[in-house]
Amino acid sequence: MQQEVSLADLQKGRTGMVSTINGGAQFRLKLEGLSIRPGTKITKVSSLFSKGPVVLSTGVTEVAIGYTMALKIMVNDFTDGK
Amino acid sequence: MKVLLIGNPNVGKSVIFSRLTGVQVVASNYPGSTVGFKKGFFKLNGQRAKIIDVPGTYSLNPINEAEEVAVKMLNQGDVIVCVIDATRLERSLPLTLQLLEQKKPMIVVLNIWDETQHKGIYIDVEKLAQMLGVPVVTTSAVSGEGILDLVQLISRASSSNVTPVCESLRWQRIGEIISQVQIVTHRHHTILEKLQDFSIHPFGGMLIALSVISLSFFIIRTIGESLIGFVFEPLFEHLYKPFLILGSNYLGGGMLHEILIGKLINGDIDFVQSFGVFSTGLFVPIGMVFPYVFSFYFILGILEDIGYLPRLAILLDVFMHRIGLHGYAIIPTILSIGCNVPGILATRTLESHRERFIACTLISIGVPCASLNAMIFGLVGARGPRYVLIVYGVLAVVWLCLGLILNTTLKGFAPELFTEIPPYRKPVLSAVLKKLWMRMKSFFKEAIPIVFLGVLIINIVYTIGIFHYVSSFLRPVVTGLMGMPEKSVIALIIGFLRKDVAVGMLVPLNLTTKQLVVGCVVLAMSFPCIATFTVMLRELGWKDMIKSSTIMVCASVMVGSILNFLW
Repeated sequence: MQQEVSLADLQKGRTGMVSTINGGAQFRLKLEGLSIRPGTKITKVSSLFSKGPVVLSTGVTEVAIGYTMALKIMVNDFTDGK
Repeated sequence: MKVLLIGNPNVGKSVIFSRLTGVQVVASNYPGSTVGFKKGFFKLNGQRAKIIDVPGTYSLNPINEAEEVAVKMLNQGDVIVCVIDATRLERSLPLTLQLLEQKKPMIVVLNIWDETQHKGIYIDVEKLAQMLGVPVVTTSAVSGEGILDLVQLISRASSSNVTPVCESLRWQRIGEIISQVQIVTHRHHTILEKLQDFSIHPFGGMLIALSVISLSFFIIRTIGESLIGFVFEPLFEHLYKPFLILGSNYLGGGMLHEILIGKLINGDIDFVQSFGVFSTGLFVPIGMVFPYVFSFYFILGILEDIGYLPRLAILLDVFMHRIGLHGYAIIPTILSIGCNVPGILATRTLESHRERFIACTLISIGVPCASLNAMIFGLVGARGPRYVLIVYGVLAVVWLCLGLILNTTLKGFAPELFTEIPPYRKPVLSAVLKKLWMRMKSFFKEAIPIVFLGVLIINIVYTIGIFHYVSSFLRPVVTGLMGMPEKSVIALIIGFLRKDVAVGMLVPLNLTTKQLVVGCVVLAMSFPCIATFTVMLRELGWKDMIKSSTIMVCASVMVGSILNFLW
């Protein structure tokens, strides 16, 4: 089963495909500069407590983003469902 | 001809620049180590060509000041050298395609080529060149491989036939290129990569951070103290002093003796207390400060090149938000422990003006530079280690409280962290030493003349006697509120020139331990030295500089008085 969750809610260690990016054009541009856009496969590497930054990996590079930014990135979790 | 080195942050543009021009630049393993552009020259077909090292940018739509610099530069170049991290080809292509669409003569450099093999990445270079429509060359700039090929290729730079397209078509193009030129073979995680994950783990990361910080501190102090105790003090006492005594005997006394050699303490030259240009004026920068500057930058250089600092930024992000900054602001702060000037410049990587104002103000109030630290360790440390702790404890509390206050009173909010994390890399010793050498050179070039000048001015002021006018004006505050002797006024004023000399001036005053601690805290907080002041003024502008200075002066008087009355 595929399930759409935000990157902030995605479990650590799981991989998903970015479905939508909510948020301003500026934010989308920042992500696109790192080749992260709808369709990109990303893995959540870690997150820090009390809404600390979330670290994601695109396979090519690792990126740290703020928690509320992570809330705006929706992913289809497909680690076990494929 | 003007050549521009453009690319994403942390792909090695500065290393290539320094290979091409012989101009040494500070390069590190984290995004944003170059914040302003640097110019240099190199030989191209027997002719002198100008080359510019542009700060890294992710796209032609800039999101911070460092990136704005990059985009502005674009129009001025004749040839673009687009530098790509070969291990991160995908990430680099958006910018590369945007650059190709500018229709300028261009070549593409696949740097960090040596790492692609370890990482199981295969790139078909010829195919890539064909698809991009411009020449492509592979280099490993740190070892110098491929640099000659790069130079030869510059004269064959061509403008691509890639046509400007809309966003979605560009992405389609990127996808096509990747699928046709790159093969990534699967492989197991290396130890470095496991360590990478562990150092951003909530608990493991904190453990590593604490170990790294305390170990660094321990090594810095050991190297610093050993250099002072075993090298510099003996050198000055046994090798240099006999010459000074000869000079002292020759001069006999009088004004010139006072200025050049200084006062004799119990009939002998005392390198800390005599305060002559050639006694204290040389001993403070070389014998007391340099060993610490050296050991600090040695360790910092290693941490930078490993790529540890961005991880620290992630771990501290939540905490830094409370004082109106995000985690990445820890990098300028750490740089400031060496010298506030590069620290203030590094705040350019922060997005908002508010953030930069807070970071700069906090740095110049609460983060003493290596020169000041060395003096605090040397002089306050002689009275007992706990007094050193008091000085830093007070500064830390001030830094924190002021941050909290600024965050609640200033309009706006702290932007969120958004940064790419570089992979851990084994530091290359030659690169670390080269960087250390450059930083030492600039320390000597900038510090020694100003220390000389400071000591000279002090002596002249004392001899002419204008000292009384100045000190009577500030006496109520300095003696009345902070409990410092009247003579310390001049030290506080000299603090504007250089902090190390200023702290040194407190020694002959025979202060009590309490007065020494108050003096050091106030000197650290009160006002930036002239070099830092100039840079802050340029970065923040007049209005904010006045605001920031007012905060500094008020805070230092307040903290000085509180310490005086509470102790």
